Amino acid sequence: MIESITLVLNEVARYIIPLLLVGIPLYALTVKKVKVYEVFVVGAKDGFTIAIRIIPYLVAILVAVGMFRASGALDLMLELLAPVLRLIGFPPENLPLALMRPLSGSGSLGLLTDLVNEYGADSMQAKMGATMFGSSETTFYVIAVYFGSVGIIRSRHAIPAGLIADAVGALTAVWICLLLLG
Amino acid sequence: MLNYIWFGMMAIGVVVGVFTGRIDAVTEAAIDMAKTAVEISIGLIGIMALWLGVMKIAEESGLIRIIARALRPIMVRLFPDVPPDHPAMGSIVLNMSANMLGLGNAATPLGLKAMEELQELNPHKKTASNAMVMFLAINTSSVQLILPATVVALMGAVSSQIFITTIIATLCSTTAAVITVKLLEKSKRFAIEPPVDGEETGADAGDEGDTR
Repeated sequence: MIESITLVLNEVARYIIPLLLVGIPLYALTVKKVKVYEVFVVGAKDGFTIAIRIIPYLVAILVAVGMFRASGALDLMLELLAPVLRLIGFPPENLPLALMRPLSGSGSLGLLTDLVNEYGADSMQAKMGATMFGSSETTFYVIAVYFGSVGIIRSRHAIPAGLIADAVGALTAVWICLLLLG
Repeated sequence: MLNYIWFGMMAIGVVVGVFTGRIDAVTEAAIDMAKTAVEISIGLIGIMALWLGVMKIAEESGLIRIIARALRPIMVRLFPDVPPDHPAMGSIVLNMSANMLGLGNAATPLGLKAMEELQELNPHKKTASNAMVMFLAINTSSVQLILPATVVALMGAVSSQIFITTIIATLCSTTAAVITVKLLEKSKRFAIEPPVDGEETGADAGDEGDTR
């Protein structure tokens, strides 16, 4: 049952982008007589300015995250946190991924790949890891890019809220996997 | 907040790097990442242009308004400060739909468009509005109905098992995000600060004139 839903959804996913690319102009052109080509070009022009505008913010965040990662500070955090996490049933193998997820998309994908290679895709570690990966976003990247694009400097409660949500997501991933797949 | 976190990550990186003997790696990471940041941004130009172009068509043809209207009951609760008919609502809905469908490439341009429209409503141009923080929190906790292609590629046949667990985890984290934002936005610590040292004068004053 679940397998067929997943299959169908992933099959549908392949058609979404082409359908949107054709469907939206089709509706605009035939129903509303919009000059689709001209309007497209006007909209597309903003792509350049927005992409350029986020550069300084992205440099700031990625450099800080990169330095933090490269120093091995994450391993240190792991050692400090491991006893606490064992207490609540959080598997230590999954902790690096949970900590990396909000910081770096490529970094956490690498850690997930490690889990799959080391324990196999069918292992609990890999399933929890994939659930964590799929249920969360790279919080710091999103904050840097989204706020950067409009020049917001004071982020207020965006970071605490994002990190709390990440923690809830990671804990839920562990518990739900133990409950449903254990 | 960002000031402390940003400096903190770099300072911890350097201090720990000295003790672990990885200071060279820290230096290299700083330089590499600065380069990566630009590569990511430049790489975004084409995708951004494509989706913003298509979005403009959707906007002109009234499609965005139709979609936003359908989801109005939820949207006005999540974003009470945004007028229900404001274009930002449409962009937010589209960004969330793109995220749900796992269309990361399309989600970012739509999200940035939404931010731009929220910024029009924002009286303090350098400080995030309540609506912006709510939007970001929902975004970073990412409601996803379709597993990312990378996960499917990695997990193979096991993907179907983690489909349900991922949806449950993501629903919990998004709920947590919404609740946290609603709780924190009232706290004094995160209050919208009055403009300091004339930061919001000059160019920004012009922007404010445009909004209303």
